[in-house]
Amino acid sequence: MAHKSPRRTAKVLATLAVVSLGLAACGSSSDDGDSGSGDSAATKIDCAPYEKFGDLKGKEVSVYTTIVAPEDGPHIASYKPFEDCTGVKIKYEGSREMEAQISVRVKGGNAPDIAYLPQPGLLKTLVATGKVIPAPPETEANVDANMPDWKTYGTVDGKFYAAPLGANVKSFVWYSPTAFKDKGYEIPKTWDELLALTDKIATDNPEAKPWCAGIESGDATGWPATDWVEDVMLRTAGAETYDKWVNHEIPFNDPAVATALAEVGKILKNPKYVNGGYGDVKTIASTSFQDAGQPILDGTCFMHRQASFYAANWPEGTNVAEDGDIWAFYLPAKDETTKPVLGAGEVTAAFRDAPEVKAFQTYLASTEWAVERAKTCGTGGCLTANVNVDPTLLKNPIDNLSATMLTDKNATFRFDGSDLMPGAVGAGTFWKGMVNWITGENDKATLDYIENSWPKS
Amino acid sequence: MVASLLSVAPSGIPEPFLRAESTAGKFFLMFFAVAFFAAVFGLVLFLASLLKGKRGEQGQGMLFAAPAVLLLAVGLLYPAVLTIIQSLRGKSGDGAFSFENYSAMFSQPELLTVLRNTALWVILVPFLATAIGLLYAILIDRARGEAFAKALIFLPMAISMVGASIIWKFVYQYKQTERPQIGLLNQLFKLVGLETQQFLLEAPLNTLMLIIVMVWIQAGFAMTVLSAAIKAIPDDIIEAARLDGVSGFRMFRYITLPSIRAAVVVVLTTIGIGTLKVFDIVRTMTGGQFDTSVVANEFYNQSFRYNAPGLGAALAVLLFVLVIPIVAYNIVQMRKEA
Repeated sequence: MAHKSPRRTAKVLATLAVVSLGLAACGSSSDDGDSGSGDSAATKIDCAPYEKFGDLKGKEVSVYTTIVAPEDGPHIASYKPFEDCTGVKIKYEGSREMEAQISVRVKGGNAPDIAYLPQPGLLKTLVATGKVIPAPPETEANVDANMPDWKTYGTVDGKFYAAPLGANVKSFVWYSPTAFKDKGYEIPKTWDELLALTDKIATDNPEAKPWCAGIESGDATGWPATDWVEDVMLRTAGAETYDKWVNHEIPFNDPAVATALAEVGKILKNPKYVNGGYGDVKTIASTSFQDAGQPILDGTCFMHRQASFYAANWPEGTNVAEDGDIWAFYLPAKDETTKPVLGAGEVTAAFRDAPEVKAFQTYLASTEWAVERAKTCGTGGCLTANVNVDPTLLKNPIDNLSATMLTDKNATFRFDGSDLMPGAVGAGTFWKGMVNWITGENDKATLDYIENSWPKS
Repeated sequence: MVASLLSVAPSGIPEPFLRAESTAGKFFLMFFAVAFFAAVFGLVLFLASLLKGKRGEQGQGMLFAAPAVLLLAVGLLYPAVLTIIQSLRGKSGDGAFSFENYSAMFSQPELLTVLRNTALWVILVPFLATAIGLLYAILIDRARGEAFAKALIFLPMAISMVGASIIWKFVYQYKQTERPQIGLLNQLFKLVGLETQQFLLEAPLNTLMLIIVMVWIQAGFAMTVLSAAIKAIPDDIIEAARLDGVSGFRMFRYITLPSIRAAVVVVLTTIGIGTLKVFDIVRTMTGGQFDTSVVANEFYNQSFRYNAPGLGAALAVLLFVLVIPIVAYNIVQMRKEA
C-alpha cells in the first residue's frame, strides 16, 4: 500500500541526512591577527645577538597565543625592533580556544612555530608528544640572566624548552578606595581581619554584598575559583605543603587542601557574603570573570579577588589608583610576618627547528623585548618575567605594584598551581570540580573527584 | 584527509600554495582538486570502456565503485578501526589493552550523568519535534496563509545550531528579580510576579531547557516533510473515508497516519541520529557544565581537554554503536517500502 511520494521523500531525505551529517564534522577557524600597528616610532635595538643566526630576511615565524584583541595590538607592536633588525616577519594568531586547539594542531602536524603557553602543565603535555624543540643556548643564556627564578617553569625533566614571557600577580583584592573611605573601612592586614571586615561589610550594607566573584570563562570556566584555592592554600598550609600538593606528593584530598577549600567556602559559599550585584552563590558559576568585579563601581559589591591583569577590564575613564575609583590591596596572609605571592605567566614553546624561530625565541627572552613591551604597552598587563627591567617603565600603576611584589625579597613567590599540574587536572577536572563545588557539591566529594582524576603513571 | 593527500603531492609545487594561505593559493588548491577529480573520473571511464562483454560488465561495476570504496576505506573505515583500537588501550589510548575505558564509562558518576542526559535527549527530541511538526502540518494543511505559516516554523532551520544557541542563551539570561531583565523568559516570570530563575544552572531542568532549543530547530524540518507527505495522500482515499463517515481524530488515526508512516519513520530516525550527535548546543550554551554534558560533548572534552583520548575514543565508539540500530531500522523500513 505504498504511496509513491512518501517513498521518494524518504529516499531523498535519507540521502540528505547522510550528506548533512557528514558535513557536520567539518570546520576550521583561523584568524590572521595581522593588525601589526606600525605607528610607534620603532626603537632601535642592538641587532648583533641575532646576526649569528644567519641571514633571515624574508623568513616568517608564526606565533599562536591566547591573547586576542584589543590586547594583541601592543604585543604585535613589541616585535617591531626584531622585525626591523632581521627582516623576519612575525605572523600573529590569537585565539580564545588556543589551549584546547594547540594539542589538536600539534598532533595534526599543523603546529605553529611558536606558541605562548599559559600553563607550564600544558608544556609538559606537549613535550610528551615529542614535537617541542628545546630552546637554543642563546635563549637559555638570556633566561639565566633575566629570569633565573622562572627558568624551572620552562623546564621539563631537566631539559630547558620554553622561556617565560609575560607575568602577572594573582594575590590581589580589587576594591574602591573611595567607598572604603566613605564607610571608614581599613585595608585588612591579616586573613582574620579580612574575614572580620567581610562580616562587618555584610552587616553594614544589607543592600550590597562584601564580595563579588565570577568564574565563567568559556572553555576555561572554573579557573578563577582554582586561583582562590591556591591563594588560600599558600596562606593556610604554607609554601612547602603547597609545592607538595602541586607535585602530587600529597593527595589532592589531603586534609591541608580540605582546610584551604573550607576557608574559601567561608567566603564564596556564604550567601551573606556573595555574590554582590549578581545574586546568590550559584551565580558565581555563570558570571563571566570579566564582568565579575564590575559591581564594585556601583557599590553593590565591595571586594573582588582577581589577578593584576584585571586592570584591563575596568571601563575607560576609571581612575585606577591608590586614591582613585579602583585600586587593589594584597590578599592578606595569616599574619604580617609572611608574605606569600601567587602569580602566573606564559612560556614560549617552539615547534620548528629553524634559525629564524630560534632568533625570535632569543629576542622574546631578552631585556630589549621586555623594555619594548613596557614601552608599547596599551591598557596594562605588560609585566614580564624579566627582572632586569626598570619597573618605572611600566606606566600602569598596577603593573608597577606587581613588579615590586615580584621582586620583593621578603615575599615568597609561588606559580599558579593549577597551571603546573598535569593538563588533565589543572586545565580540566580542577576547573570542573570547582564549578560543581560552586553549584552545590560538597568539599569532600569535590576533592575526591579531582584526586581520582589525577593521571596515574 | 585532503591535507595528507597533498603532503605527498609532487614537491615541485611550492608549499605555501598547498597550505592555501593566500587567496591565490586557495584558488590553486581548488583548481588542483577539480582537475584531480576530473582526471580520476576520466581514468575510470577510460578503463571501463576497455572492458567488454558479460564479465566486462561486472568489471565495469567494480571499477565504478572502486574510487568510492577506496575513499570510504581510507576516510571512514581506517579511522573507525583506529578509534576502536584506541578505545581499548587505556585512558591515554596507547597503553595496554583493557576494557578500562568502557567500565569507566558505566561506573564514573559524571559519565553516568552524561549517559542519562543523552538518553533524555534521544527520547525527547525526536518525539517532541515530530509530534509538534505533525500537529502543525495537519493544522495548517490547506488553511489560508499556509505558506507563511510554514515559513514561520521552518525559519529556525535556517539558523545554525550555534546561532540558535546564542539566541536562546539570551532568552534564558538570568538577572536578580529586582534588576532590569535581559532574558525574555525571566522577564515573563517577573511580569507574572515570580522569582527569576537560573534556567541553565539547575540540573536536570537545564537539560530540558537545552532540549527545547533542539526541538525548536527540528520541528520545522519535521513539519515540512510531513506536510509534503500529507499532501501526497491521494484525494480518492480521503474522499472514500469521508463518504464512510470518518472525520476528525479517526481520519488522522486510520487514514492520515498510516498513509504517511514511511515519512514519519524517516523524520524520527533522522532527528534521532542528529540528536545523538548533538554537540553545538551543549557546548555553546553551557559548555557541558552543570551536569548538561552529552556523549558527543564529553567525547570532545576527554579527547582534547582532559588529555584522555582513549576515553574519548570509547565514547565515540559508544555513539557509533548507538547510531547503528537507528540507521539499520531506517534502511529496513526503506527496503520494505520499496
